[in-house]
Amino acid sequence: MLMFAKGNEGGNFTPVQKGGAFTSKSPSKSRSKSPPNPAQCAQDKNRETRALSSLSATRRGLPKEKMSENGVVSRAKVLTIDTMNPTVKKVEYAVRGPIVQRAVELERELSEGMKKPFAEVIKANIGDAHAMGQQPITFFRQVLALCSYPELLNDTTFPEDAKSRARRILQSCGGNSMGSYTASQGIDSVRQDVARYIERRDGGVPCDPDDIYLTTGASDGIVTMLKLLMCGEGADCTGVMISIPQYPLYSAALAELGAVQINYYLNEENCWSMDISELHRALDEAREYCNPRALCVINPGNPTGQVQSRQCIEDVIRFAAKERLLLMADEVYQDNVYADGCQFHSFKKVLFEMGPEYSDTVELVSFHSTSKCYMGECGFRGGYMEIINMDEEVKAQLSKLVSVRLCPPVPGQALMDLVVNPPQPGEPSYAKFIKERTATLSALAEKATLTEQVLNTVKGISCNPVQGAMYSFPSITIPEKAIKEAMDIGQQPDMFYCMRLLEETGICLVPGSGFGQKDGTYHFRMTILPPKDKLQILLNKVKEFHEKFTDDFIASNQNAPGLKGQEFLRRQSHTGLQQLKSPDSSLAHQWNEVMRSHSISCSSAGPALSG
Amino acid sequence: MSQEAANGGSPRGRVLTLENMNPNVKRVEYAVRGPIVQRAVQIEKELKEGVKKPFTEVIKANIGDAHAMGQKPITFFRQVLALCSYPELLEDDKFPSDAKNRARRILEACGGHSIGAYSASQGIECIRQDVARFIERRDGGIPSNPDHIYLSTGASDAIVTMLKLLVCGEGRDRTGVMISIPQYPLYSAALADLAAVQINYYLDEEKCWGLDVAELRRSLTEARKHCNPRVLCIINPGNPTGQVQSRQCIEDVIRFAKEEHLFLMADEVYQDNVYAEGCKFHSFKKVLFEMGPEYSSTVEMASFHSTSKCYMGECGFRGGYMEVINMDPEVKAQLIKLVSVRLCPPIPGQALLDLVVNPPQPDEPSYTLFMKERTAVLAALAEKARLTEQIFNTVPGFTCNPVQGAMYTFPRLNLSQKAIDKAKEEGQIPDMFYCMKLLEEEGICLVPGSGFGQRDGTFHFRMTILPPTDKLKFVLEKIRDFHLRFTQEFS
Repeated sequence: MLMFAKGNEGGNFTPVQKGGAFTSKSPSKSRSKSPPNPAQCAQDKNRETRALSSLSATRRGLPKEKMSENGVVSRAKVLTIDTMNPTVKKVEYAVRGPIVQRAVELERELSEGMKKPFAEVIKANIGDAHAMGQQPITFFRQVLALCSYPELLNDTTFPEDAKSRARRILQSCGGNSMGSYTASQGIDSVRQDVARYIERRDGGVPCDPDDIYLTTGASDGIVTMLKLLMCGEGADCTGVMISIPQYPLYSAALAELGAVQINYYLNEENCWSMDISELHRALDEAREYCNPRALCVINPGNPTGQVQSRQCIEDVIRFAAKERLLLMADEVYQDNVYADGCQFHSFKKVLFEMGPEYSDTVELVSFHSTSKCYMGECGFRGGYMEIINMDEEVKAQLSKLVSVRLCPPVPGQALMDLVVNPPQPGEPSYAKFIKERTATLSALAEKATLTEQVLNTVKGISCNPVQGAMYSFPSITIPEKAIKEAMDIGQQPDMFYCMRLLEETGICLVPGSGFGQKDGTYHFRMTILPPKDKLQILLNKVKEFHEKFTDDFIASNQNAPGLKGQEFLRRQSHTGLQQLKSPDSSLAHQWNEVMRSHSISCSSAGPALSG
Repeated sequence: MSQEAANGGSPRGRVLTLENMNPNVKRVEYAVRGPIVQRAVQIEKELKEGVKKPFTEVIKANIGDAHAMGQKPITFFRQVLALCSYPELLEDDKFPSDAKNRARRILEACGGHSIGAYSASQGIECIRQDVARFIERRDGGIPSNPDHIYLSTGASDAIVTMLKLLVCGEGRDRTGVMISIPQYPLYSAALADLAAVQINYYLDEEKCWGLDVAELRRSLTEARKHCNPRVLCIINPGNPTGQVQSRQCIEDVIRFAKEEHLFLMADEVYQDNVYAEGCKFHSFKKVLFEMGPEYSSTVEMASFHSTSKCYMGECGFRGGYMEVINMDPEVKAQLIKLVSVRLCPPIPGQALLDLVVNPPQPDEPSYTLFMKERTAVLAALAEKARLTEQIFNTVPGFTCNPVQGAMYTFPRLNLSQKAIDKAKEEGQIPDMFYCMKLLEEEGICLVPGSGFGQRDGTFHFRMTILPPTDKLKFVLEKIRDFHLRFTQEFS
């Protein structure tokens, strides 16, 4: 099976040739009831209103060019859906996708006084700790305030260590101001601190500040690295191996760059572990149609929450060395390890422990961020990447490339500095810092356990332990009837499920299809970030919903669910949320898969996973 | 197959090499932070290590980085940012009440009342509302819709995003983008990265770097033979050229864009930086709407603004926005999706932008200080713009247009044939040779005109006017002395 970036998931229709009056190539699986009507289409306003409210208008086969009645092509916009960058159209990013848009809309409706079966929308779709009520680390924010307004350095209420950190950061800024540009690679002294941090973390394995690039969040670094790797056409086109389930930044970036996405599947039965034979399978298949050059690993896993063993990392490194793949290690959750017996091992440390045969040759880039761990400072967009064994000429190109964007935001750089160089024993802020840090991490550990426990009490939900990171990604059994109804309105079954959960309970989760999953399995991703009492309520609500959902669709097996599906379709196309995942021909295929999958999730996966 | 070929028996190379990396990235050039700046950094390091040089410090006049040149931040802005960073300070009476109010309002718009939360990908809603109101005030009441505002990570981010949306087609159908020459090299770099076709139109140096529609037409007609021109980029006030476009000129450009079916991108990040008498900033949007519905309801446009320039010069915060006008709603949905992948622009930058578009008002306690600081910065810049032009025009072999706006001067250098030959001998473009020599001898870092583009056979450099007045004077005089020496050496 080919795994071109998003190509087989549909939704990406052949771009229409320039000048073509109608999209004859647009999918025939049109949900519009009548054939396109030129007169109607000449009415710009109609079309605009419709398009405003629904992304799927063109997908339903509306004409692409406005025509007047005499058939003369009137002037279309310069930039239309047909004349825009086709790779951008292929980008999908479920974490902020249609379901989140609907959640925002529901919030607005609530605030306008509309009656809903819930009082607030709980956004458990994204790892946004502060939005969930986590308090910032006091020391970090003190230093940031001092850097923002250095007059506060004369204020006696700030602790000395905060002041000395702020002074040090300001001294490395042009004109002693955070308002200056920095070196494009990041502030020298911050990169030095990052290097020392990595050395401490990795038991003394040396780290060169010249190999550190500060970034605008980890995403920025990841996209930049993928961009560098991109070359070749057709069978020579760069292929990048990513885990399924994956964090959709990867698929989005690959789609945009026109790279080939190579899926390797994590083993859900074995706590989402990574399996070398599966890597081999994926690679061998991919070599037939592309040039696989990079292997991306997320550890601890997003959305799957697994923590890789040292042995597994060694195997992966050996695999990358043998198959000549550049390794990209996304390690942004490195402090988020909760399960007993699990420990974070950095790819770099393991690489160097494997001896010079590996540490001198394997090209590795690892990514970190200020957004996760105990700090959860997403809004600052701080991060870094460390590059290992990178070709010097390529490094020069990398430095040039990042210079075009001038520099990462300086407050984010400053924050990164504090994360890698926090208060030390003996400093006035140390005790408080450790207290705050420990409180956050132990609460997360508790919530990880709670989530796994509660979800596993639900019949039809099986949840692997949340060993690390910030999410649970349970497998859900969706009744056949519900699957059919979802298909009828052109939705992925787990999207259908999550959308209904949102409408009925106000809980916003991301469907597993947004991350990728084995055909016929369904999941959702939920953050474990809400405060414990709120999380408990949330989990109970999910439980109730799931039971009710299952009952509804099993009970309604004999009688068609009537208006429910239609109602959903109406609402969603009204709000531009409808997702037709699959064009024309694949409907039958999907049906087959649905049938097959259903039997799988009922028989094999179910019992093995429920704990 | 390709894999085997790559592996086949040959000594094991790296996965990622200059030969097999992204060819578009290789074509990217960005002179503002190019080889000359790298050399400047190296020299700074050498100075620190005690290496003897004919100067004691490197003066980086290569980039529009106001704070690095000693400009002080606006007090009110930084007070609010400190309050947002550490809300415990809201209890502190040292902070004025208007700063506290602004901080509370921003925090209330943040998830969990923390600037550490992600925001909507398009930017915090209340900030977009403030931006829209700012644009309405600026443009004499022409309505602005917050839904058409996208906050960005500096203006560069938004410019690259817009260009990315616009690129499509292959071969002769490939998107072409018209950019001025000289240009700000972000444009050429982004176009190289996106493998779009760069279409050069030349500004008229004889007419104070004026934009001439006949020249636009010439370059468009030529370009149509080999690509599909779809976009026209304008920088006003100009970078690196410092011209400020007249209202008439903007109207002509808009008419041209409509006629030729081009998407307009108006880079207006220097909108407060207008110094010359008789010059005034006119936003493209305002002029567009004043031209009536025939234009205002059809011409597609994006305009860009930033926290990095004007009187605030807060480059490090990477704040900015773009306003899109007449954009196809389906494309807009794609744009929203695209920006969502990067989650959100940095919140401190968003907060700062909010303050820029919603500064202290006459009845608020911080107003006086704010106005004093703002006026002082802009007046000093105006003075430095004049000073620069004056001194450079006394140098034989320099021709310097008035710095009507923005932050740079882009004088033309008369280089002797001997100097040109010498540069070629060293494998350098003559103005790079000149600037490199200036750096080595005087410690002054400028950017050669070739990094921005210039007419064949002409040579320039870009210098910021940002150093404090006395230092600027010193720099200008050093450059003059150097030029005289250089001219003598190669006469």
